Amino acid sequence: MADSDKDKPVDPHLDPTNPDNRLSVQRRAADSEHAAKILGEIPERSRPDQPVAPRMRKKAGKGLVKEVGSTGHEWDGITEYDNPMPRWWLWTFYATIIWAVGYMVAYPAVPLVNRATQGLLGTDYRQEVAAEIERFDQANAAIQTRLAEVELAEIPADSELLNYATNAGGAIFRTWCAQCHGSGAGGARGYPNLLDNDWLWGGTLEDIHLTLQHGIRDPKDGDTRYSEMPHFGTDGILDRAQIDQVVNHVLSLSDQPHEAGKAAAGAQVFADNCAACHMEDGTGDRTQGAPNLADAVWLYGDDHATLTRIVSEGPFGVMPAWNTRLSEAEIRAVATYVHGLGGGE
Amino acid sequence: MQILEKHKILEKNATLLLIFSFIVVTIGGLVQITPLFYLENTIEKVEGVRPYTPLELAGRDVYVREGCYVCHSQMIRPMRDEVERYGHYSLAAESMYDHPFQWGSKRTGPDLARVGGRYSDEWHLDHLRDPQSVVPESIMPQYGHLMNRIIGPEYVQDRVETDALVGVPYSDEMIMASVEDFRAQADPNADAEGLQERYPGAQQRNFDRQPQLTEMDALIAYLQVLGTMVDFSAFEPDASR
Repeated sequence: MADSDKDKPVDPHLDPTNPDNRLSVQRRAADSEHAAKILGEIPERSRPDQPVAPRMRKKAGKGLVKEVGSTGHEWDGITEYDNPMPRWWLWTFYATIIWAVGYMVAYPAVPLVNRATQGLLGTDYRQEVAAEIERFDQANAAIQTRLAEVELAEIPADSELLNYATNAGGAIFRTWCAQCHGSGAGGARGYPNLLDNDWLWGGTLEDIHLTLQHGIRDPKDGDTRYSEMPHFGTDGILDRAQIDQVVNHVLSLSDQPHEAGKAAAGAQVFADNCAACHMEDGTGDRTQGAPNLADAVWLYGDDHATLTRIVSEGPFGVMPAWNTRLSEAEIRAVATYVHGLGGGE
Repeated sequence: MQILEKHKILEKNATLLLIFSFIVVTIGGLVQITPLFYLENTIEKVEGVRPYTPLELAGRDVYVREGCYVCHSQMIRPMRDEVERYGHYSLAAESMYDHPFQWGSKRTGPDLARVGGRYSDEWHLDHLRDPQSVVPESIMPQYGHLMNRIIGPEYVQDRVETDALVGVPYSDEMIMASVEDFRAQADPNADAEGLQERYPGAQQRNFDRQPQLTEMDALIAYLQVLGTMVDFSAFEPDASR
């Protein structure tokens, strides 16, 4: 048996004489030396986790220095210094506590039986915002009262009113109107451009003012401007061929490419169904908000497909009434602003 | 410091630490939350606030599901700039039937607490389908797919009952008529007397201009009622609240 053991070749990976294993041999030796050091040199403590008082020790060039004590917490021979909190941190912490007490006294804080304590300062967001709004209202009161009281037609003639109304109206327009009519009032598909001379319901100051007050087709305002174009296709008033004819006729009114044959047939359909609102020549009727079909300005688009959809399904553009959200002076300011954008009549 | 020595018992026992942490958090929670239940001035009583109609409630679910609240808050704060831009500051009572409420301070988009009636249905349709068509500078994504998602009435009554369970005052009559009201609100030709009686001021029309009742109908119905229930021309805010 012994012989066979001796004859067995040594695993070259474990052979200490193999120079390739030099590093692992040294590491193992260092490990066992370290273990012996810990076991032998660090004394068993009678009661662990006892803080160690600071000791004095000599330090080269500085004489006696006080060494930082230890908390007594120890892991594998590593002890934890008992350094104090940084002073700046500690004082900030105390300051926040004092601040909190002061805050609780000064501001509403502690819930009691019926209501919370109101605080010595008596602050209240509602009162603050009411006071601030009141302050601005006061500052504007004189000119706003005058703006709301004068005849509409006099506003553009009065330079002070005009200046105020144009600026205030611009601010209100950008807050409440820009989402549909665009921040530059250029409109979007389905939302009228307010810069041009083409008006659906009229472009005088009075017309714009009325539109702003009561809106267009606003379901919640009884005095709103109202008209509804029939749904010629979906309600079965006209058949597809007739709609195609009338669309070609409408295209011919504004000199756009169209099929002359269909347009000629569409003229009769137009006269029977459309002329009551859009007039015989297609120039529209502002009292009904019927747009001019003979010009180059189109609310929804001038291509055949869009016109077919409009004739078939009927447009129903709605503008909200603003008299429930804006004051009379504010409405007049916006009206003046829009009127002065370039298209006002 | 004898008490600190005792504290080590908690520090060295995970289960005890867990139990005592829970007790501390509970006390803290109770101190903050309990007064809200009994303090009379927490929620002022306001005329006009009613529970949502079944259709509005369905729209609210679409609003929450699509994550609209991630960009839009529904809370106008009592500051002059907000009041100027959005309207009267929000009252707690206006959210009292919201489960959960939609307050917030993160506004990637504007506050929607008073968006009701501010725009036309047509605008909401255009804007939800393609926001940039009406507001070129907008970064809002498109929600046109809502027009293709038809909502059936099968869960409507359950939905209303669930809100009733958590305290929204839906009467038995409202629950029984919920499917009828759900359909009626989006149908301009339906008889709306019952709907009006149960939900005063409910707006009835075809919101998305399609014959089918879709999620778009529900969402627009919800948006159009936001912030419109309280009549602020008659409301006198309690000054110290």
